[in-house]
Amino acid sequence: MESTIVKAVNYNAYFGDNHVVKNVNIEIPRNNVVAVMGPSGCGKTTFLRGINRMHELIPGATSTGQIFLNNEDVYEMHPIFVRLKIGMVFQRPNPFPNLSIYDNVIAGYKLNGIKLPKAEKDKIVEQSLTRVALWNEVKDSLTKKGSFLSGGQQQRLCIARAVAMEPEVLLFDEPTSALDPISTSTVEELFHELKKNYTLIIVTHNMQQAARVSDKTAFFYMGELVEYDETKQMFTNPSDIRTQNYITGRFS
Amino acid sequence: MNVQVKYRIGKSIGFQALVILLSAACVVPLIFILIYIIQAGITKINWHFLTNLPKPVGETGGGIANALLGSTIIILVASVIAIPFGILCGIYLSENKNSKLAYWSRLCIDILQGIPSIVIGIVAYFWLVKPLGGFSALSGSVALAIMMLPIVVRSTEETLLLLPDSLREAAFALGMPFHRVILKVLIPCGISGILSGVMLSIARITGETAPLLFTAFGNPYLSTNVLKPMQSLPLLIFNYATSPYNEWHDLAWGASCILLIWVLSLNIFTKLITRKWKVQL
Ligand SMILES: Nc1ncnc2c1ncn2[C@@H]1O[C@H](COP(=O)(O)OP(=O)(O)OP(=O)(O)O)[C@@H](O)[C@H]1O
Ligand SMILES: [Mg+2]
Repeated sequence: MESTIVKAVNYNAYFGDNHVVKNVNIEIPRNNVVAVMGPSGCGKTTFLRGINRMHELIPGATSTGQIFLNNEDVYEMHPIFVRLKIGMVFQRPNPFPNLSIYDNVIAGYKLNGIKLPKAEKDKIVEQSLTRVALWNEVKDSLTKKGSFLSGGQQQRLCIARAVAMEPEVLLFDEPTSALDPISTSTVEELFHELKKNYTLIIVTHNMQQAARVSDKTAFFYMGELVEYDETKQMFTNPSDIRTQNYITGRFS
Repeated sequence: MNVQVKYRIGKSIGFQALVILLSAACVVPLIFILIYIIQAGITKINWHFLTNLPKPVGETGGGIANALLGSTIIILVASVIAIPFGILCGIYLSENKNSKLAYWSRLCIDILQGIPSIVIGIVAYFWLVKPLGGFSALSGSVALAIMMLPIVVRSTEETLLLLPDSLREAAFALGMPFHRVILKVLIPCGISGILSGVMLSIARITGETAPLLFTAFGNPYLSTNVLKPMQSLPLLIFNYATSPYNEWHDLAWGASCILLIWVLSLNIFTKLITRKWKVQL
């Protein structure tokens, strides 16, 4: 049985007067991987950042409409609470350069001033790093700075940092676009694993990636959600001509 | 053709020589000042010199203990005033680049940096010395704090602006409130730049004489009361070097040497801190 975890209702986002996301309605089922695709500049990032209320941090950025998390409007919750429930991983790995690998994983607790017993912290660190398949690589260098890792390892560290907070939803904005093919496939395998516990929304430009990892795909075009369907359906038999053109590479 | 090339090569060598010569010329004054002051001052410095008060006219010996302690106290108080203000202001400027208030504070800070130190001294005189009814170390510290402020503000602002936005976003995405993002992420990551600004601002005011002339005023005795006149190194040098007594000239040379060592060590220390505490982004 599938239940909806995230739902957007008539969601619009603006940068000043620039209407970037136009009247989006979408329902995202729990424990699914949803890929968000579309040409550059069509508002994918902006939509994603609207879900965990990061959009409003940019000066001049506004939004209207509703986004529900478990039937609760995130725009009526405190943004800090929303961001604890909905984690985010960015395009470029951004571990905290002043913290060790260990502290990076528990940064959400440590930097928020949440005190945990040492045993608990150890457990969270090991669990989170294991989940992102990084534990074996770094378990002997947990006190080293996070910025000493390779790009792919850093990105997995950032995923571990988001996972450690036990959110319900994880947002990924082109998480593998700065990574080499091997790191990319490690991260992709990770999505399958993470899906058991979380709901993932992934912005990607890589169609093969979307086809490989996602259950459903949303296609954005010029700020509108043009098509949203099962990934298989979308790639074999798209109903909108714009989706068809995009998938067949007639524009990018 | 050949001649022309030779001419060009010659010109290039000549230009290079000029550049090297002028760069070397910049170093020469510093070396002469260092040699001169160390020659004149180093022989005067010993334990007795550092731990004793100046002797009255006619007696030999004596030291600069009052000025050393006074300078330390005045600078400490100035730092306590200027550093929190400066860092907070720098944070505001870097986080609200385009607000009206940021524009005006930036302008005011630039102007403040250009105000001659003697003018700041006079202002402190009218604001503090007159209302409080007398010269005091505190008024001197306030004058020096005003001089420190622009350096601390600007270095904090510039350091924080250099930090990538992705750092801020990472912190916000973890549900951190604004003040924690600043205190736990941005300041720790920029700490080396902020500290080096602080140290440079201290080095900058250590030798300031003009703002202290009619605020801290000077004091031949040891004093730790910030509400009373207090001696400081630059004041002592100014007073004793302009006196007609040879013994006092010796004190002034010794004190100059100490002041120089103080400022040089601050500069070297700053370089070390910047290197050691730099967070690799
Ligand atoms: N910080 C910003 N300030 C003003 N306008 C912005 C900002 N970020 C994005 N925009 C505008 O919003 C529109 C959508 O941008 P967005 O980043 O959401 O696109 P995207 O679909 O993620 O593109 P890409 O695939 O290139 O990442 C763009 O046309 C851009 O002009
Ligand atoms: Mg984007």
